[in-house]
Amino acid sequence: MSEQKVIMGNHALSYGAVTSRVQVIAAYPITPQTQVVELLSEMCADGTLDAEFIKVESEHSAMAASIGASAAGARAFTATSAQGLALMHEMLHWAVGARLPIVMGNINRSMAPPWTIWSEQTDSLSQRDTGWLQIYASSNQEVYDSVLIAYKVAENEKVSLPVMIILDAFFLSHTSENVTLIDQKDADRYLKPYNPKYRLDIKDPHTFGGLTGPDWYMELRYKIQKAMEDSIDVIKDAQKEFKEMFGREYGLVEPYRCEDADTILVTMATAASTSKQVIDELRDKGEKVGLLRIRFFRPFPYDEVRKYLKNSKKVIVLDRNLSPGAGGIVFQEVKSALYNEPVKPKIYGYIAGLGGRDITVNTIGKLFDDAKNSEPADIKWMEVKI
Amino acid sequence: MLEIRIHGRGGQGGVIASKILAYAFAMEGKYVQAFPEFGVERRGAPVTAFIRVADGRINIRSKIYEPQHLIVLEPTLLSAIDITEGLKEGGFIVINTKKKPEELNIKVKNSKIATVDATGIALKHRLGSSAAPIVNTAILGGFAKATGFVKIESIVEAIKKEVPIKPEENAQAAIDAYNSTIM
Repeated sequence: MSEQKVIMGNHALSYGAVTSRVQVIAAYPITPQTQVVELLSEMCADGTLDAEFIKVESEHSAMAASIGASAAGARAFTATSAQGLALMHEMLHWAVGARLPIVMGNINRSMAPPWTIWSEQTDSLSQRDTGWLQIYASSNQEVYDSVLIAYKVAENEKVSLPVMIILDAFFLSHTSENVTLIDQKDADRYLKPYNPKYRLDIKDPHTFGGLTGPDWYMELRYKIQKAMEDSIDVIKDAQKEFKEMFGREYGLVEPYRCEDADTILVTMATAASTSKQVIDELRDKGEKVGLLRIRFFRPFPYDEVRKYLKNSKKVIVLDRNLSPGAGGIVFQEVKSALYNEPVKPKIYGYIAGLGGRDITVNTIGKLFDDAKNSEPADIKWMEVKI
Repeated sequence: MLEIRIHGRGGQGGVIASKILAYAFAMEGKYVQAFPEFGVERRGAPVTAFIRVADGRINIRSKIYEPQHLIVLEPTLLSAIDITEGLKEGGFIVINTKKKPEELNIKVKNSKIATVDATGIALKHRLGSSAAPIVNTAILGGFAKATGFVKIESIVEAIKKEVPIKPEENAQAAIDAYNSTIM
């Protein structure tokens, strides 16, 4: 039987790991860690979860231990946030180059200094070029479901890449809401045990990640890019099967009232969820507006983005992140996706909600107003007090 | 959609109260959100927590600035902070106090004020210490009685599921509060 719970986003990640039968959890337990691994460590201690919990001395080590566990053939899980993710950076590349299907939760928090614990996507978007698949969730149910989907995709031999599941600090991480947990027997039918072709095994020795010169390194990078491209169909299949078994539907993107829309807002995570209310209100007034939520940021869903946006007149991108010297990171991706279209919409880049500042219905309403009455620009700031 | 704000002091269980209440509503088939003030909490300092309840999926994910209803765990907060900030007209205010509603000086148009001695009830059931009784479960009984939004049976069930320490005593505290709330 599936079970109804009211749980916070952090625990949705923990339960997702439990339902996915993770075998090794390596984590650094101090700030900026969250309740994700706190609950998992309790479950490992009381025997509810049959997994090895490795307490390490830093996030760099947490990822290193996850890499070792995954290379040995175990299903590995970890979680972190902001500064902790930054400290992992070197190992994030290693997990990709070694083609290890690790799944990690990241609670989106702004980077220090100044010290901060509030929501912003710059931490995970700073890792976009490492080669991790990235999922940005907009509800706790989606967080939980995404853990199973992530392992299914990551462990597919066409992909063999790690996946990051990303949730907004507080707006999901500390907000409790209805989540349906999947019955373990059904989950086991969806997600089979991890059984890699090659693993660290003293009885069957292989070399992993040895010195590779210019004669072959490029081919390995080519294969990573190919795996990312191939992952699009693997994700579609995994999410289709998920829908057939559990009834909940996920895409690479989530379009909302985009049909016949003149103006489409593009954003990620909880800001997209709040935007639905604004879209509904504007539609009631007869305005042709829609929303395109980016769920998978890597691989970037170019085809879907073009399909939904190319016939609109205006595209508004709302970024809760900043690449200083450039602008919103999602904005850059969306703009480049549309560059070769023969007829292009005007595109507006807005920055809002940095450092956890609330993105309210009012904020999003103002953004639509501004785009209606102004010319496009690469960077426009919402609600800045300067 | 219902939007409720809970006021307490750090350590009284206001955040847990928001989760129990959300769980009780969820058991009645509602969609819920419960969240603390986003930030760091300190024992003894004013703490707020929030709940949204709706019949359908809740899309809005920003904070609650204009709640319809209030739950106040700590009577001293009435003189310490403006508990009615942003409060909409016509809602319920459920307060932990020995006083009767008419003895309180709260001026919000058309608000329906209910009082219950949650501290006395918590002390009777030995919840928390005598210096710092935990009143969060008792006040929820008062909320159920005053508003009628949620059944006391759901509150009791939610307490038994969500409260790890003294679940029976906490459940009884809610029932006692339910039976002694004054409107």
